[in-house]
Amino acid sequence: MSKTETTTERDEAAAGAQLSTAPREEVVQAGGPALGVIGWIRWFWRQLTSMRVALILLFLLSLGAIPGSLIPQNSVDELKVRSFKEAHETLAPVYDKLQLFDVYSSVWFSAIYILLFVSLIGCIVPRTWQFVGQLRGRPPAAPKRLTRLPAYTTWRTEAAPEEVRRAALAMLRKRRFRAHTAGDAVAAEKGYLREVGNLLFHIALIVMLVAFAVGQLFKSEGGKLIVEGDGFSNTLTQYDDFKSGSLFSTDELAPFTFTLNQFTGTYETSGPQRGTPRTFEADVTYSKGGGEKKRSVIRVNEPLEVDGSKVYLIAHGYAPVVTVKDGKGKVVFQGAVPLLPIDNNITSTGVIKVMDGYRDKNGKKDQLGFPAFFVPTYAGKGQGQMFSQFPGLAFPALNLSAYRGDLRVDSGLPQNVYQLDTSKMKPFKDANGDIFKKTLVPGETMTLPEGAGSITFEKEIKEWASFQISQQPGNGLALTGAIVAIAGLVGSLFIQRRRVWIRAVRGDDGVTVVEMAGLGRSESAKLPEELADLAVTLHSVAPTAPEADADAEAEAEEAAAEGAEK
Amino acid sequence: MNLAAATNESLAEMSNVLIYSSMAVYTLAFLAHIAEWVLGSRSKVGRTAAALTARPAAAQVRVGGQRAGGTAVLDKPTVVTRSATGARDVPDGPGAAGGDEKGDLYGRIAVSLTTLAFLVQAAGVVTRALSVQRAPWGNMYEFSTTFSTVVVGAYLGFLVAKKNVRWMGLPLVTTVLLDLGIATTWLYTESDQLVPALHSYWLWIHVSTAIFCGAVFYLGAVATLLYLFRDSYENKLAGGGTPNGFARSVLERLPAAASLDKFAYRVNAAIFPLWTFTIIAGAIWAGDAWGRYWGWDAKEVWSFITWVAYAAYLHARATAGWKGRKAAYVALIAFACWLFNYYGVNMFVNSLHSYAGV
Ligand code: HEM
Repeated sequence: MSKTETTTERDEAAAGAQLSTAPREEVVQAGGPALGVIGWIRWFWRQLTSMRVALILLFLLSLGAIPGSLIPQNSVDELKVRSFKEAHETLAPVYDKLQLFDVYSSVWFSAIYILLFVSLIGCIVPRTWQFVGQLRGRPPAAPKRLTRLPAYTTWRTEAAPEEVRRAALAMLRKRRFRAHTAGDAVAAEKGYLREVGNLLFHIALIVMLVAFAVGQLFKSEGGKLIVEGDGFSNTLTQYDDFKSGSLFSTDELAPFTFTLNQFTGTYETSGPQRGTPRTFEADVTYSKGGGEKKRSVIRVNEPLEVDGSKVYLIAHGYAPVVTVKDGKGKVVFQGAVPLLPIDNNITSTGVIKVMDGYRDKNGKKDQLGFPAFFVPTYAGKGQGQMFSQFPGLAFPALNLSAYRGDLRVDSGLPQNVYQLDTSKMKPFKDANGDIFKKTLVPGETMTLPEGAGSITFEKEIKEWASFQISQQPGNGLALTGAIVAIAGLVGSLFIQRRRVWIRAVRGDDGVTVVEMAGLGRSESAKLPEELADLAVTLHSVAPTAPEADADAEAEAEEAAAEGAEK
Repeated sequence: MNLAAATNESLAEMSNVLIYSSMAVYTLAFLAHIAEWVLGSRSKVGRTAAALTARPAAAQVRVGGQRAGGTAVLDKPTVVTRSATGARDVPDGPGAAGGDEKGDLYGRIAVSLTTLAFLVQAAGVVTRALSVQRAPWGNMYEFSTTFSTVVVGAYLGFLVAKKNVRWMGLPLVTTVLLDLGIATTWLYTESDQLVPALHSYWLWIHVSTAIFCGAVFYLGAVATLLYLFRDSYENKLAGGGTPNGFARSVLERLPAAASLDKFAYRVNAAIFPLWTFTIIAGAIWAGDAWGRYWGWDAKEVWSFITWVAYAAYLHARATAGWKGRKAAYVALIAFACWLFNYYGVNMFVNSLHSYAGV
């Protein structure tokens, strides 16, 4: 409002004041305050908790979230990040500096949302006090000129002013307005729940953030690949990989065990979507802390919940069973070897490693390694490459080559079980001097050259499933926050906060003039309707004075014209 | 192929025929709307110009007109409304037909045709759902056809509720045709069952509310866009300028800028809590499917961005200096985010959400 503020305008401003607890926008002084450190801090705080800055921070938050959806993220897919770095050698270091591969945990993204939440708290606290004050206080008295309000009506009645005011007060209270008589008018207000809803919503946002933080700090998450028939017990050493929040301690791992009895995968067998997965089911037996055994089925969307931990089915593949014999025919290795899928039709690769027990034809200790290529559905000899045609076990085939030497398992370096370190190994060669290689169907055996032994691809082919076992406290809190947030939003957006004033004064001619006006926080079609409804009710108690009918009509029209002039 | 699969295929076939038929009927509705606008331009309206140049008259709502039968026939009080300070009191335009009777007739025909097309299209969506025995939104083709059905349904719902939305008919039918065209030519996917990751009742909840929110946000965005045009038109008139012929003919017939703005706000605000719920339902589903309820997957990121953008819009409406046009721009950006989340993320960004057969 400018300096030319008139009394009526001030009057109106008072009538509309505190209809919400939204902070008032302050005029920004150019160059900030000249009040020393405290002044600056106060100025900064006011800026931070203003609606305008909250708005800007919201913008920044959504802008800041964008790069994370376009650039591969470490938290989502590290492999993709690595290949991106290889493909963009000049760009990647710059991105790295800007933390663009870890947007959501980056310093700048954190800064935005922390500022936003500081702003939010700085906004909620004073608003809550202000609102408590409003609840304690009373709706402001009627402005002098009710005609200037968004909804207005008037009529003349023979009822006494006190009588009209009493009736008005009773009527408004009955409709659950907070109402009181101030001077010659009744002042009433309704819809406080809007503010309650709004405050609840903003508080719920903080609750959700806290829940998210708790979840991140105390969570644990690990992966485990299990072949059919094998089991898992929930201790750190059993995991293939394990990640946890900075405040997690391993004592918190829930003590349970489970065994994968069977994995079932079915696929579309015909039509254009041939090969699309239809069901994935892992049949497991589990027990809690050595307790009784129970059976359950884990599906993609249906994790198993044991003792606060959830076991998710993440991936699956095949584990062909092979038997390796030495030159004398002694079995040195037998078992299912899980292989990793490399495409949607589950073409899989891996290595069969024979670490001990093997002796070569001279009786000397040695180790064997068989790089393996497995396809559940083989195209047939000479039919292109060794890629699977279908994810189900329609025509399984296993392609093997063979190496001997040191597997370097004991070298101290981390070994990937799915890769072969050939630096200390030599391939077996065929008669032409090429690497010895063969494609087997189930039941077939590949005999190594020079009486080095044999490897048999057994008829039984097992499947494996990999699971993610995670424990994340704070989920319940997050869900509660989410529900409260929605409830608060509904209250905040659907409830109208509005004020109604009813003035009754005796006119010069001794007849009572009734004036009613309504004011909402935002214009609403409901406001005039509600006022009309109230007017009709009051009118039945204080009907229009008969002899002054025409006058009243004229007056109303006049008031309307006057009101519209502005 | 078993017998059940055979019936399914014929149902899917039928669904395709129904969708194509609805496109034909929408085209007729489109032509009828064109006729409505063309005929409407013959009548000279100029109400806005008159209102802005003459002294504005306040609107009046007459209530309680019921006469208490008998001798004492007394007038009940009349409620006078006026806009908040700063807003213009401009009457709404007369609608596309511009008060022309023939135009109005064509407009009614257009609405009837739209209703018919809606029913045919809805039947197409339902038969598609029956053919696959699941919710009809397992891929982008199904999502698109269901989406435009819901958009038209929401529009017809507003009409039934006697809201002033008929002016929206032409832009709406145009985009529905566009959407169906894209769906049938580029996004078409044979009817089929879902990949296991999409098997969950949260899919029903999450995707159905997402579609509904998108449909209503779309109506809000159309109103917002038209608000911007209409507002500049009114500004020009109020400033004593002469808008060009297009504005005089087309914008003149739209509701007043204030009405459009209010409509857009109500629609956006009303659907915002549901959008919040949609994201939360999605998080719960992700928690079951992938072992984490929030993992900054591209689709999640863009839902979040859309949500923050709409929150910013609601804030802008409550922030001094941001009401009106600036808030409207924010609303349009928010809807653009929604659109990108739907088309852009599915097509250009790798996401766990990229459905089978795009
Ligand atoms: C985490 C970020 C935030 C989100 C997502 C958010 C969202 C919302 C939403 C959806 C509304 C409802 C709008 C309405 O009632 O019309 C709202 C209202 C409001 N917000 Fe926020 N808000 C956030 C942060 C803040 C901050 C930091 C402040 C403090 C400056 C603030 C102050 C307000 C106020 C005063 C209202 C009520 C305005 C009114 O009375 O209409 N919000 N907010």
